[in-house]
Amino acid sequence: MSSNKIRWSGWLPLVPALALLAGVLLVPLGKTFVRSVSNPDLTLANYEHLFTDGVTMTVLGRTALTAATVTVAALLLGYPYAYLMTRVGPRARGILLVVVLIPFWTSVMARNFAWIIILQDGGPVQSAFELIGVHDVVLYGTNAGVTIAMTQVMLPFMVLPLFSTLGSIDRKLLLAARGLGSSPTAAFWKVFWPLSRGGVMAGVMLVFTLSLGFYVTPALLGSPQQSLVAQLLAQRTTLLLDFAAAGALGMVVLVITLVLVAWANKVGGTVSALGVVATGQPKERV
Amino acid sequence: MTRQTTVEATGSRLGTGLGTEIRLEGVTKDYGLAAPAVDDISLTIEPGEFMTLLGPSGSGKTTTLNLIAGFETLTEGTISLDGADVSAVPPHRRNLGMLFQNYALFPHMTVAQNVAYPLRERKVPKPEIARKVAEVLELVQLTGRDDTHPSRLSGGQQQRVALARAIVFEPKALLLDEPLGALDRNLRAALQTEIRRIHREVGSTFVFVTHDQEEAMNLADRIALFNNGRIEQVGTPQQLYAAPETLFTARFLGDSNVFELGAVGTGGTVAWEGESWGVDPETVAAHPGVRAAGAIVVRPEDVEVAGSRDAVPVGANAVRASVRDVEYMGSYRTLLLTVGERGLLGRARVSALRGEYAIGDEVVLWWRPRAQRIVAA
Repeated sequence: MSSNKIRWSGWLPLVPALALLAGVLLVPLGKTFVRSVSNPDLTLANYEHLFTDGVTMTVLGRTALTAATVTVAALLLGYPYAYLMTRVGPRARGILLVVVLIPFWTSVMARNFAWIIILQDGGPVQSAFELIGVHDVVLYGTNAGVTIAMTQVMLPFMVLPLFSTLGSIDRKLLLAARGLGSSPTAAFWKVFWPLSRGGVMAGVMLVFTLSLGFYVTPALLGSPQQSLVAQLLAQRTTLLLDFAAAGALGMVVLVITLVLVAWANKVGGTVSALGVVATGQPKERV
Repeated sequence: MTRQTTVEATGSRLGTGLGTEIRLEGVTKDYGLAAPAVDDISLTIEPGEFMTLLGPSGSGKTTTLNLIAGFETLTEGTISLDGADVSAVPPHRRNLGMLFQNYALFPHMTVAQNVAYPLRERKVPKPEIARKVAEVLELVQLTGRDDTHPSRLSGGQQQRVALARAIVFEPKALLLDEPLGALDRNLRAALQTEIRRIHREVGSTFVFVTHDQEEAMNLADRIALFNNGRIEQVGTPQQLYAAPETLFTARFLGDSNVFELGAVGTGGTVAWEGESWGVDPETVAAHPGVRAAGAIVVRPEDVEVAGSRDAVPVGANAVRASVRDVEYMGSYRTLLLTVGERGLLGRARVSALRGEYAIGDEVVLWWRPRAQRIVAA
């Protein structure tokens, strides 16, 4: 009996956080869900509309594609970057860390307006391409421009979990692989890469799920013809005041995200918020 | 009988039976620090030999091993395997097995996958891989643990897996970098025996780095003693213990009483604090440094303790001492002594049967001239 009591009191420190979570997340989420399936009678019409209105599915597909592109780009940029961070001295590592974190510390608006200036017609990017003879590179107002700006913001979410994972890999393993007959390339792909998979998974999940919900960047840098799902949600809530339809869309995005996270947990070890990751090893080990 | 047949059977399949000669000539590794990490070393390791690189930390022994493995590049000199210069060959083409202190097993692979790794890298056909992995796991006594992950094994078992992985591809030689350093004492002893047995069975050349003189003495056919990036002395454990060339060697291997002398002449006696001691010419080290500055080294087990000068036999070398402390070691005891006018610390090992000694007792130490060794100081 007494051990039960101790178990109960052990949960007490969680109460404030749980209360907050319930108040600001679970209750509104429940309300949104209820509204999405009532008309006011129970109905799935709002969900049916998502598949039949001809817009939602296109936007969802475009959003997923954008998020996937951002994720791949962030991984390609972030992996070598994080690797370098594990190989340099503490000073250089500090500088690299600051550089990757700058987008974190910049206001969303400042950052996006900066991108507008950089990407706009006649801006530095376009001029640079003109110089090497490539004309009419239009990035402002396109999905490509949005993807570039999103990749910059998402880079820390890729680099940080990768850095913590790559830094924990024993370098002796690479020497061992070399001694056992692997070329440097083979040693990387057969030993280093598999051991970094947990960090890759954590970074990919973070970047992909966060990328699904971008609003300001596509609103400012993209075009209304190529809007992403967050814009669609905003439109339905603030312009059309169709909370039921918006709720249904929100629920779909939420379910997609949860399914992905569950899948990643199953495949890639334990994915925690900022990528402290159990790598490659059997799960039953404590 | 059965034992011998397994040895022969395993030896014929796993080992090549012949080791590789490793020759280092003028090997130098300079990181651009005050002194080179390895300074102009020449050493020939015979085929099938168990060579131990012994020395204090920072003496260059591990750097030397890494140079042989190819993990470090030479500043100067050459390294050849069976006469072929491999100085510029990358590590994965040198075909040498390597054992690390922290095992360096691949955590994302099972025991069998770890052991199969070097075979897969060599594109060995699958059935042969399976056969060799089973064979070598039997050799290291880990049969049946194929599908276990290394993290679920004990330290000793992990090092056995690493050993299996390092020898399964029949490397030209096995390089061992303090492989037992992380293990506790009993396990170390057991694995030392194991490593000796495997060395006998596979017949390959082993190069073993350690800072533990006891381990080196137990394992090695020959020891190369390192000091400050140079080799101080090479020889069998017995040679290094009984006939050290320098004071460093004498002090590094075992306890000793050291009497520092000035220049050692060609005469039949040497002087130390007014004592005149006989010299057996055979006990003078060949090292040229002896002429400039020598030291007499006497092992504690070679020192006798007498109550007075009258009890010292004619022809023995003697010195006055007082008992500082007595350490009881069971069948014998070690007397810690204050020797001579300057109060040098001395040690004598006496049988437990030989009377009692109390702290403060005035005694005379004596030994035969042929029990002492005159080395370069």
